[in-house]
Amino acid sequence: MAAIVGPGNIGTDLLAKLGRSERIDVRYMVGVDPASDGLARAAGLGVQTSADGVDWLLGRDEPPDLVFEATSARAHAGSAPRYAEAGIQAIDLTPAAVGPFTCPVVNLPEHLDAPNLNMITCGGQATIPIVHAVSRVTPVPYAEIVASVSSRSAGPGTRANIDEFTETTALGIERVGGAARGKAIIIINPMEPPMIMRDTVFCAIDPDADRDAISASIHRMVRDVQVYVPGYTLKAEPQFDDPRPDWNGRGRVAVFLEVAGNGDYLPTYAGNLDIMTAAAAQVGELLAERIVEQRGVRA
Amino acid sequence: MNREVRLVDTTLRDGSHAMAHQFTEQNVRDTVRALDDAGISLIEVTHGDGLGGSTFNYGFSLVDERKLIAAAVDEARQARIAVLLLPGLGTVTDLKAAADLGAGAVRIATHCTEADVSMQHFAAARDLGLETVGFLMLSHMATPEELAKQGRIMVDAGCECVYVVDSAGALILEEAADRIAALVAEFGTAAEVGYHGHQNLSFGVANSVLGYRAGARQIDGSLVALGAGAGNSPTEVLAATFERLGVATGVDKDALMDAAENVVKPYITRLPVMDRSSIVQGFAGVYSSFLLHAERAAQRYGVPAHEILYRVGERRYVGGQEDMIIDIALGLAVERDG
Repeated sequence: MAAIVGPGNIGTDLLAKLGRSERIDVRYMVGVDPASDGLARAAGLGVQTSADGVDWLLGRDEPPDLVFEATSARAHAGSAPRYAEAGIQAIDLTPAAVGPFTCPVVNLPEHLDAPNLNMITCGGQATIPIVHAVSRVTPVPYAEIVASVSSRSAGPGTRANIDEFTETTALGIERVGGAARGKAIIIINPMEPPMIMRDTVFCAIDPDADRDAISASIHRMVRDVQVYVPGYTLKAEPQFDDPRPDWNGRGRVAVFLEVAGNGDYLPTYAGNLDIMTAAAAQVGELLAERIVEQRGVRA
Repeated sequence: MNREVRLVDTTLRDGSHAMAHQFTEQNVRDTVRALDDAGISLIEVTHGDGLGGSTFNYGFSLVDERKLIAAAVDEARQARIAVLLLPGLGTVTDLKAAADLGAGAVRIATHCTEADVSMQHFAAARDLGLETVGFLMLSHMATPEELAKQGRIMVDAGCECVYVVDSAGALILEEAADRIAALVAEFGTAAEVGYHGHQNLSFGVANSVLGYRAGARQIDGSLVALGAGAGNSPTEVLAATFERLGVATGVDKDALMDAAENVVKPYITRLPVMDRSSIVQGFAGVYSSFLLHAERAAQRYGVPAHEILYRVGERRYVGGQEDMIIDIALGLAVERDG
């Protein structure tokens, strides 16, 4: 049994995705605004809702096994210890980073028992798999990602604290992607109709790195991500550049990605938001699988 | 000082694009010394794309920008050293480091419709006691009214002067003046307005004069026009022009001409020029710093640079999306090969 905390666009899209799961039963959705469209929509789908926040949720006779938090870093930092105390595993879609950075296709198995799993950032979910695909073949001393998102998909939280995106994503590239040093750049583009999320990943590689093996690894990784984000595509074959003196004598592989969303609740161009909800749903799916195995009931 | 307009020099920041970010510490020392001697009161020194810009996407700096900023601070006697920061690329951490090195001003740049990403950086800049300037980049992509609203967001966040930044060198005469007038009307006495021009269609200096008449009180230039695309409005030409018009700038035009001839020209690896690619940038409204990247992609993939730039304009990519140049070149190569 699961709950979603935060009935905004992210929470609502997540509800649509989890609604398709055979293992997860979203019983509750909570917020803090009685006039919330998201709560009304969820109630219409038969979910128990409340605007009394986490207090209400933790007061249920049957508390959830899993909680998906789509509020703010500050709100999650406050709630996280309470979930942990109640024995509820938390999947954190905020930048709070209470628990370990988690990317489903890279390191989820390591964190299945963690009380709190953090989903890093949208740019991280889109690019860390590729950095990892390269670093599992050859050392990556430096990786850099450029995430371009449509203006309409960049919410007020992201805008008010854009450094949180660049710094957290860079850390994720290092800790989860496996690059010795990471750098992240985000561009907000206002064109109409809105541009679909684009991500470019640059990795520094040794001059004699095995290019065929790197390419094969990247293709394999893209297929693995497509399992939960069908609109995750390579726009071109990975591009290899020969070593240059101004690159410290290293070569470079550049990977050009497009991330189209599934259009569940969020528009398809907002692949940046979709990849967060899709990755969180995928994490939830695997956590629920264990709960089902242990207890024989839906999580 | 009885100054009617302030000339701000960006040779060592926008010029970084034209130099492929290969400034040496000696280049910076010599240029700052000459600008300072000529009476320029604000000198910008940073990687072309701002703090943290030394990357694969924008080009790596030959010398760490922090070393260059420190050298500039060391050389300046009366002038203040400014740094550029693009939120989404540079961070408050970078800004604090620059302030610790002695930078006295920050120019915070966003796309012209996305000013609200700068609020956290303006707040930090004020806390650090820095002079604050806002850059609305690619200003041709917003109407005067929209631009004024965006400028207001920066002013409310603590910005003391908002620039109409013609990053593509696309604004022609009243297109620049109308935007500046709209900002002046919006701000009243709450903040100043500035203008940053590029020479892609050769209007940098003319727009600056009209901009002054519309109320702009800070105008950017670069010695020998050293800057992205076809370069910026030349500082030495701005100085001579304003002097001819009887508008006091407080700078010595002859000292600036001397700096252009004897300090900057000798180290420039490629003189700014209105060639086909940069004219296309002005025409199609393409961020000027895309020029060298388009030329490199053109060479790598065997497609024409100006066709890449036309397509960048069609797709309405904004500053910072240099990675899309390779993407477009790959697409053009596929089309060529059928």
